[in-house]
Amino acid sequence: MVYYNTLEQKIFNIITAFILIILSLIIIYPVVYVLFASLSDPVKLMSNTKVLVKPLGFSVEAYKLVFKHPLLLSSYKNTIIYVVVGTSINLFMTTLGAYVLSRRDAFFKKYIMIMVVITMFFGGGLIPSWLLVKNLGMLDTMWALVIPGAISAWNMIIMRTGFMALPSSLEESATIDGANDFVILWRIILPMAKPVIAVMVLFYGVSHWNSWFGAMIYLRSREKYPLQLVLREILVTQTMRDIAQDIDAVDFMPIEQTIKYATIVVATVPIMCVYPFLQKYFAKGVLIGALKG
Amino acid sequence: MGNSIVEMGYKKAQPENNRRKAFFNMLKKDIIKNKYVYIMAIPVVVYYIIFDYWPMYGVQIAFKDFNPTEGIMGGDWVGFKHFLSFFNGHYFGRVVRNTLIINLYDLIWGFPAPIALALLLNEVYNKSFKKLIQTVIYMPHFISGIVVAGIIISFSARNGFINDIIEMFGGTRANLLMRPELFRTIYTGSKIWQGVGWGTIVYLAALSGVDVQLYEACIIDGGNRWKQMAHITLPSIMPTIVTLLILNIGKLMSEGAGRIILIYNPLTYETADIISSYVYRRGLQEFDYSFSTAVNLLSTVLNFLLLISANWMSRKVNETSLW
Repeated sequence: MVYYNTLEQKIFNIITAFILIILSLIIIYPVVYVLFASLSDPVKLMSNTKVLVKPLGFSVEAYKLVFKHPLLLSSYKNTIIYVVVGTSINLFMTTLGAYVLSRRDAFFKKYIMIMVVITMFFGGGLIPSWLLVKNLGMLDTMWALVIPGAISAWNMIIMRTGFMALPSSLEESATIDGANDFVILWRIILPMAKPVIAVMVLFYGVSHWNSWFGAMIYLRSREKYPLQLVLREILVTQTMRDIAQDIDAVDFMPIEQTIKYATIVVATVPIMCVYPFLQKYFAKGVLIGALKG
Repeated sequence: MGNSIVEMGYKKAQPENNRRKAFFNMLKKDIIKNKYVYIMAIPVVVYYIIFDYWPMYGVQIAFKDFNPTEGIMGGDWVGFKHFLSFFNGHYFGRVVRNTLIINLYDLIWGFPAPIALALLLNEVYNKSFKKLIQTVIYMPHFISGIVVAGIIISFSARNGFINDIIEMFGGTRANLLMRPELFRTIYTGSKIWQGVGWGTIVYLAALSGVDVQLYEACIIDGGNRWKQMAHITLPSIMPTIVTLLILNIGKLMSEGAGRIILIYNPLTYETADIISSYVYRRGLQEFDYSFSTAVNLLSTVLNFLLLISANWMSRKVNETSLW
């Protein structure tokens, strides 16, 4: 590494650090605000016009009401199911595709690659895809959320790049010993490609966790809603009365805001707890994709 | 004479036939040798045909009067009727303009932001401080679109956080999401907030590959930190910047409806309604399937042309190309 010891360099370092700290504070403050506001006393929060540096008063009333929401917990469960099932399907299909595309000698892989790349630029668009899902009888089922996006072309190419970077000697000796492609994939490639698989689990998993557009256009029964759609009702379309039917409208006004903030916290905490430990994998995935892309 | 023509035809057909035969021979050998690879390819190919190519085939409803009871194959061909009605319609100018402007905002503000941030981060030599800052700036990337929309809505409300700040500086309170002139600023601002940290990753990666000796040489030559940045750091991420710029220019006409439809409302349609949100509204809220598909097809084709021309330009200017 290059070392800097002069006064000028030190000043430069301090200014850089200072700017970065300010930027980070700006980035993190909205989230901190949400957290503080969710724990604040609703009435105090409502009349507050200052920047929050700690919760105003303390109240967990909002959290109690959030958990009374008839759909919140069931939608949490739905989301977990969709994430697990969806990501498994994604992994299965993407691995197969990536393996096929990573074969050096397969004669037809060129055509499959062309077929895949075309879909990165052209697509049927919203309506034909929706009609397809409808005609397949998948409307209002989980399958509409997990099957149509089973392969992301981009992720498949990242995975293929990962596979191709593996040393081929093991594979060759396995072939000589009579192993077929399924055995090679399962026993040799996958164990060696754990980092890229971790990246895929994270990319697909997070996108399922956060996705809502598909659910909005394909699902009709509210009991099948994933968490994000219930959040949409609470945060965006503002139908919160079913949380608190027994509260008067006047009393409800102030707590409405804190309920919203508490909902955000409840829905976001899991991913916030997980991502710092996984960020090196995310970064790695972006890199593999960037090298090839 | 006649004989020789037949002969010529025969001679011409011969290599053609041979080539075809050779192709099938190769295919046959390949299928035997790689049979398991072919088996693995089946689900993938089937998936692509059903979920990507069938909808592409379904795009034909853009040229038809689609009728749900008759399906994609039914309905009368109407040529460019839906395209023309879009061109002549009330909203053509509005959605095209909004799509372009929102993307331009993103290009002007959203594109340089992660580059600047990455350059700043690159000047940090304390590893744990750098890691801490990175953890913080990556965070918004993991917050879902709905939650971001929820935060925007709460913050822009009359008694929301942004209005608290506006009032602190002597402004007056207003519901910011009801004001068309603010929509693009709010939208682009929230996008930058969410994406700027994540966007640094690819640049930091490019920077980590720079040879330290270059910096040392620059220091010996008397270059200060600014000189190093201008002559070593920036040039080394230039290919990455150009590639991403091409991709961005290629996307000038596309922008997902997802975030827009969460925070726009009829009062702000004037500045907020873009092609994809219009496609969504016409198609799935007003059930105007054919019209909506036509608009979508038009934007897909436009995007592809844009990408091709951006790539062509960068090949001319910079010798950097996507393919």
